[in-house]
Amino acid sequence: MSALTETPTVARPSKRLKNTPTPKVAKESPLSRVGAMTVMLVFTLYFLIPIWWLFIAGTKSSAQFTSTNPLWFADFNLFANIGNLVAYRDGVFLKWMLNSALYAGAGALLATLFAGMAGYALAKYRFPGRELLFNIVLGGVLVPATALALPLFLIFSQVSLTNTFWAVFLPSLVSPFGVYLTRIFASASVPDELIEAARLDGAGEVRTFFTVSVKLMFPALVTVFLFQFVAIWNNFFLPLIMLRDETLFPVTLGLYAWNSQVNQIPELRGYVLIGALLSIIPLIILFLLLQRFWRNGLGAGSVK
Amino acid sequence: MRITKRAATVALLTAATVALTGCSAAGTSTDSADAADCAPAEGKVDLTFTSWIPGIEDVVAVWNEANPDIQVAVQTGPNGNGGTYANFFNQLEAGNAPDLGQIEYDALPNFRVQDGLVNLASCAGVMEAKDDFVDWTWGQVSFNEDDAVYAIPQDSGPMAMFYRADLFAANNIAIPTTWEEYATAAEQVRATGAYITNFSQGDINQFAGLVWQAGGTWFGNDGDNWNVDLTGDESIKVADFWQDLIDRDLVSTVPAWTTEWDNAYNTGAAWTWNSAAWGANSIASGAPDTAGKWAVAESPQWEAGDAASGNWGGSSTAVFTGSEHPYEAAQFALWLNSSSESLTMLNEAANLYPAAKAGLELPVLKEGVEFYGNQPIYDVFAKASSEVSADFVWGPTMTQTYNDVSDGFKAAVSGDGTLADALTTGQSATIDALKAQSIPVAE
Repeated sequence: MSALTETPTVARPSKRLKNTPTPKVAKESPLSRVGAMTVMLVFTLYFLIPIWWLFIAGTKSSAQFTSTNPLWFADFNLFANIGNLVAYRDGVFLKWMLNSALYAGAGALLATLFAGMAGYALAKYRFPGRELLFNIVLGGVLVPATALALPLFLIFSQVSLTNTFWAVFLPSLVSPFGVYLTRIFASASVPDELIEAARLDGAGEVRTFFTVSVKLMFPALVTVFLFQFVAIWNNFFLPLIMLRDETLFPVTLGLYAWNSQVNQIPELRGYVLIGALLSIIPLIILFLLLQRFWRNGLGAGSVK
Repeated sequence: MRITKRAATVALLTAATVALTGCSAAGTSTDSADAADCAPAEGKVDLTFTSWIPGIEDVVAVWNEANPDIQVAVQTGPNGNGGTYANFFNQLEAGNAPDLGQIEYDALPNFRVQDGLVNLASCAGVMEAKDDFVDWTWGQVSFNEDDAVYAIPQDSGPMAMFYRADLFAANNIAIPTTWEEYATAAEQVRATGAYITNFSQGDINQFAGLVWQAGGTWFGNDGDNWNVDLTGDESIKVADFWQDLIDRDLVSTVPAWTTEWDNAYNTGAAWTWNSAAWGANSIASGAPDTAGKWAVAESPQWEAGDAASGNWGGSSTAVFTGSEHPYEAAQFALWLNSSSESLTMLNEAANLYPAAKAGLELPVLKEGVEFYGNQPIYDVFAKASSEVSADFVWGPTMTQTYNDVSDGFKAAVSGDGTLADALTTGQSATIDALKAQSIPVAE
């Protein structure tokens, strides 16, 4: 999981990219090539070995787990383990996966829509207080979500929304980084002329946004969706504070709760491992499916 | 221009902060249920109960079936120190705490000093139940105050020594009955290439259990002030004993509850474990290859012929300030923790070892345990349970104390300082923490 959450920091598109000329391809010495490859290989291993370990651990029976080589297969029990996990406590794990999918899927979708509209409005419309608004949003990027969890809990308590679906869902709809990214992207990739043309053709502002601008901003929106999805999927502290009802837990909180009971119920360790393995699969799939879009998107800003 | 913008931003943020602070301040003004009016309510009552014990909802379902007028809804979360205590404090702050919550003994004083618990002494049946529970567990929930009961004891962790009967026999090493013999046995075991046990660096609770057995106490409360005594004679005696074994490489020092640790027990690299009743299942599932080879004996004593035991873990069911139905909550808590039906289920689902005297006589706790060569091991724990001193008191800032001492232990294990040093550091850090929270400390 951690390997995946690290990746977003790589993507930091900025206006600066636009002005840097494409560097000339210089002849590289073989030595520096080998050096670079070695460094990259080491980092790749660093990120992949925990996932490999997790996969191996997931295929073992609990007896073999402690007594066999942690990085190589013993008897292949993966499917039996998955079966046990799914059967444990009436399939509560599946419920957690569904919850996570709902929080992260619907949450990221709406967050992307809101961030896209806000970013677009900030980039394309002139109105008083625009810079101030944008600066406040930028400030929001700097405030860690964890720091807001407790104040949110107190606010939600006032309106009796703690321990409900909304307590986790509503805060997920906010993505200051998304607003920031879409604003930058909209001002770089949605030409004013095009909007003018759409207006002259009689399209309203909303229609212009959804039919013209969204298409041009699509790569940025995919990126925002992806980041937000990962952030919500991995979010742990907010659900920990808000939720009491096991059937509302996202998978991260559920597995953590199990893990905290390993002292008393040691067989939970196996379930936590196999559960962690299963819980990263949706993220991997999403990355593989969407990487084409967002890599394009990050590049698109630079060539204009 | 820029400065004005920044000023405006700051102003906005400040306003937001003030608004938030306002909210939390309003949240604190919850009406605390007065113990004096612990009377039954009329009509149907709904209670909420937060517990992290797996399978407890099945037990509660039995209660709900039999008590249509007092319905209990179970809520859950990670174990206490894993976040649920922090949540309880947040909920008390916000005024929406559950009616009942599971709290381990070492965390109870913290809730007590924050006024989070209802004194159940005036609720019908509660004081009468005193004799139904193992004496020392009642001391834990009443803080040895008169006319006070802040929770109903649930489970306990009397300590005994798990040991590899087969290895001791095969190597002609006598089962140690005193700590002196234990140290001698440690040398003999080491000569075979194994370790007699593992001193886990993070488990301050285990260490506290050993101090408890030695007759030490870490805290005291004379009604006005807290005493902190992490460095009393008994504590230092226990610390020096283990420091000596560590220095002579007679015990291993891997972190507990890890694969490495399981492995040490599974492969015969560690031969004994001084642990609580609930530890029986930890070995059985952590070291499956050693089934049938283990046995349980009473903990080694400091003086031959003594009969003292320590305790490690255990929890209680408390009623939170703000609950509108302390009477019904108390009835439920009593049933949960003293009816044989409930105790049997809790033992089967989560290996809880009961705090109720009747619970110690449960048929399921009288049987031989296959993993332990069919020895009826719980007889040993039942005896240990009666030998635990009732004087041991936990302090109100245990999380901090654990962290500070644990840091020192980790350093000591890697050769930096000693266990006794860690206790000295923990002592002064704890006094500072109490003062920082305006809790009166005697020095």
